[in-house]
Amino acid sequence: MSQISTASVATGGSAPSGPRRSERTGRLPNWALWACFAGAAVVVGALWPVFDLNIALFVLYTVVLGTLAVYLLTRTTEGSRRATDRLVTCLVVSAFGLAMVPLVSLVWEVVSRGAARLDGEFFSSSLVGIVGEGGGAYHAIMGTLIITALTTLISVPIGLMTAIFLVEYARGRLKRAITFMVDVMTGIPSIVAGLFAYALFAIFLGPGIRLGIMGAIALSVLMIPVVVRSAEEVLKLVPNELREASYALGVPKWRTIVKVVIPTAIAGLGTGVTLAIARVVGETAPLLITLGITNATNVNAFDSRMATLPVYAYYQLTQPGVPPQFATDRAWTAALVLIILVMGLNVVARFISRFFAPKSGR
Amino acid sequence: MSSTRTTPPSPAGTGRSVRRPGDRVFAGTAKGAGILILVILAGVAAFLVVEAVPALTAPAEDIPGDRGLAGYIAPLVFGTLLAAVIALLVATPLAVAIALFIAYYAPRRMAQGLGYLVDLLAAIPSIVYGFWGIFWLAPKLVPFYEWLERRLGFIPLFAGPASTTGRTMLTAGLVLAVMILPIVSAISREVFLQVPSLHREAALALGATRWEMIRMAVLPYGRSGVIGGSMLGLGRALGETMAVAIVLSVSGGITFNLISSGNPSTIAANIALEFPESSGIDINTLIASGLALFVITLAVNMLARAIVNRRADFSGAN
Amino acid sequence: MAKRIDVSDLNIYYGNFLAVEGVNVSIEPRSITALIGPSGCGKSTFLRSINRMHEVIPGGRVEGKIVMDGQDLYGPDVDPVDVRRQIGMVFQRPNPFPTMSIYENVAAGIRLNAKKMKKSDLDDLVERSLRGANLWIEVKDRLNRPGAGLSGGQQQRLCIARAIAVEPDVLLMDEPASALDPISTLAIEDLMADLKERFTIVIVTHNMQQAARVSEQTGFFNLNGVGQPGRLIEFNPTEKIFSNPDEKATEDYISGRFG
Repeated sequence: MSQISTASVATGGSAPSGPRRSERTGRLPNWALWACFAGAAVVVGALWPVFDLNIALFVLYTVVLGTLAVYLLTRTTEGSRRATDRLVTCLVVSAFGLAMVPLVSLVWEVVSRGAARLDGEFFSSSLVGIVGEGGGAYHAIMGTLIITALTTLISVPIGLMTAIFLVEYARGRLKRAITFMVDVMTGIPSIVAGLFAYALFAIFLGPGIRLGIMGAIALSVLMIPVVVRSAEEVLKLVPNELREASYALGVPKWRTIVKVVIPTAIAGLGTGVTLAIARVVGETAPLLITLGITNATNVNAFDSRMATLPVYAYYQLTQPGVPPQFATDRAWTAALVLIILVMGLNVVARFISRFFAPKSGR
Repeated sequence: MSSTRTTPPSPAGTGRSVRRPGDRVFAGTAKGAGILILVILAGVAAFLVVEAVPALTAPAEDIPGDRGLAGYIAPLVFGTLLAAVIALLVATPLAVAIALFIAYYAPRRMAQGLGYLVDLLAAIPSIVYGFWGIFWLAPKLVPFYEWLERRLGFIPLFAGPASTTGRTMLTAGLVLAVMILPIVSAISREVFLQVPSLHREAALALGATRWEMIRMAVLPYGRSGVIGGSMLGLGRALGETMAVAIVLSVSGGITFNLISSGNPSTIAANIALEFPESSGIDINTLIASGLALFVITLAVNMLARAIVNRRADFSGAN
Repeated sequence: MAKRIDVSDLNIYYGNFLAVEGVNVSIEPRSITALIGPSGCGKSTFLRSINRMHEVIPGGRVEGKIVMDGQDLYGPDVDPVDVRRQIGMVFQRPNPFPTMSIYENVAAGIRLNAKKMKKSDLDDLVERSLRGANLWIEVKDRLNRPGAGLSGGQQQRLCIARAIAVEPDVLLMDEPASALDPISTLAIEDLMADLKERFTIVIVTHNMQQAARVSEQTGFFNLNGVGQPGRLIEFNPTEKIFSNPDEKATEDYISGRFG
């Protein structure tokens, strides 16, 4: 390492100008910094056989060594203040890199393991009569679609009307109370929402109850505050001038809200609702305790247990049967479908916000 | 903001203003929706209490584990707090660094996209984190845990014996850390970007380096935002269920040993694991534990909101 | 169509703060009445109280009487929405509805109130209103383009067309030209001269030359100090205000000796 840094100092010293932020002494060229890391990689690579490294340790040591080299090099040429600055830069960039490790490995893992069973049968058949190979998640996908649709039907009107109330009507203490309670609701753990729905129905219908609608209610408790928050933000962005223009035309307030405020905010509202759906579509815990699981297709949310994709994935993984391989494969495919669903909803949300925004031809 | 509501008492001319039926119905519906939220929240608390009462009044030997409700819940509370605190300790510094990177280090044109990448972490369902944790992360950490046991075994945290599956409290904490990373970094990023450019430019004009500018202008300004954000992350970690339920290998009670296979469960994970097979008083016990979780997260979230809002008040004055 | 407005002993409040005190004035039909005065003197607040837009602001309320052709606008069973249908308003900054086309913007008063109207009648109304606002020739080939795509001056005339499309009796204008360039300002002033044949017009302006150019009557608002309510100091024919005002304060303001 020491050879490398001295070499860099020699060349770095001769290069006239350099880094982007050359306020006063900018003596080190950009490539010298990269050279530090390249050198570190070479050194660590050379030590690989000696210390029996793996790829993670290789990257780790390279980054540590490279950062150290940059620090020392800068310290000797540009002084300690610049050196600290560079050190922090390296740390901050590494932190971001570190955060990408889970994302990349997770997506890679799910895609590579889940692709095996991403076939027609997975989407067309249920688990009725399946022992071992084959079978699919048709019943669970239908369940997820139904529950999500029900949840949306419950949450969007309540959430949107609450947001309208907060932005357009509410004043004083009631407004503060509702705002606060929405904040509190945002923090309710999903499992507690599930327990709430269970307790609600158990009191009226007796213990041990499992219904699709219970799951929808549990998810609504989670989705409503998300819808309220996003809708509130968006409605606040509608300029007051538009409301006044409408009032001045003799339009009643409620028509102003329905015909002027909401259409102006529609892109943001659509984005918010889509993201809220994405947030609840992968929820597992509340559905685990309110819907349970079945192997057969049940599309009636008011009658007995219902399978959903996340719960299906959970049970396929944790109770795979013998041999476990087939169920585990189905679990990973279910996870993959879930991720595709969530990412798809995120993309749709961005699409909505981009293409449905009011156009100003200016 | 606007309102057709007029004036409380006003003498001449302006009585209570006339409202058309449409307005009355619409405003009433909106108000009803708002009040419904209050009702739902009250309902959550009330129904949980009602269903928890049998467990609260039951004799100790009826509660699973035969040590009474407190004896049942105590290790769960401990496990919940331990996992969440690990997550917080790992995630906060990382999240602050990431927020700084996106706000002040990343090239302008890429910053938004990179921020979106971090936000993607928040979109992944918790069960998928569980899959990832048990199949990818846990096995990869086994050598690390063995190393910790060999070298740092004298610290009670790493006493071992190191788990051979990697399904330890530390693994669960790390998975939770990844899960709360986006929320903490998003809130930190938001406050960092709100630092008045006047402050930043003032620092730079004094000849400060980028890091000195951040230390002088950005971090003091954003401190309470970071604290509030990490508290919100803590609230999220406390209630996180599926990832922990899948990753954590549960057996035994309260221990600070982070790398063994004997760990206390968390409240949420315990409910998810036990509920489907439970009936009778067991269900009431689980609901009572859920009530405890509700109270803990409520307290943490309210504290977090108070901190974040106080900051908002201050920044409003600027 | 145009109607006269009589204001007597009008006090205007924001919450408990008295913003404008004791206004007594009669506004003549088929004429332009200008309101001038320094910033914060309550002239815009007074204007907004005429069509009950003032109470849209939380805490906004008035005491006193505004009577339009014998109808008390603040009577106990008067719906503010009906008042606004009779008294239209044009705002300082052009505010066409961004989600609507030029055509839809003009038709907004009809469409938003869900009034039934035959397509051909609506087409006629839109053309008539746009002609009335001197905008028809410029936009007749792009009626389906967004209203926000027009220039600032065109947008303001679009807003005027939108206001006159509902056929009000009175047209209130709150500094309608202050955000516009001189050419667009001239176009708006010409338009006002046409419109006063059909409407009672009240205009708030900062620009004294504008008041002198367009109006028959002028009211001067002033306030004694910060935190004091604004008052109508003088109301007289425009020529008199600008040549030989009754009040010293008016003369000081007009001759620039204000302050």
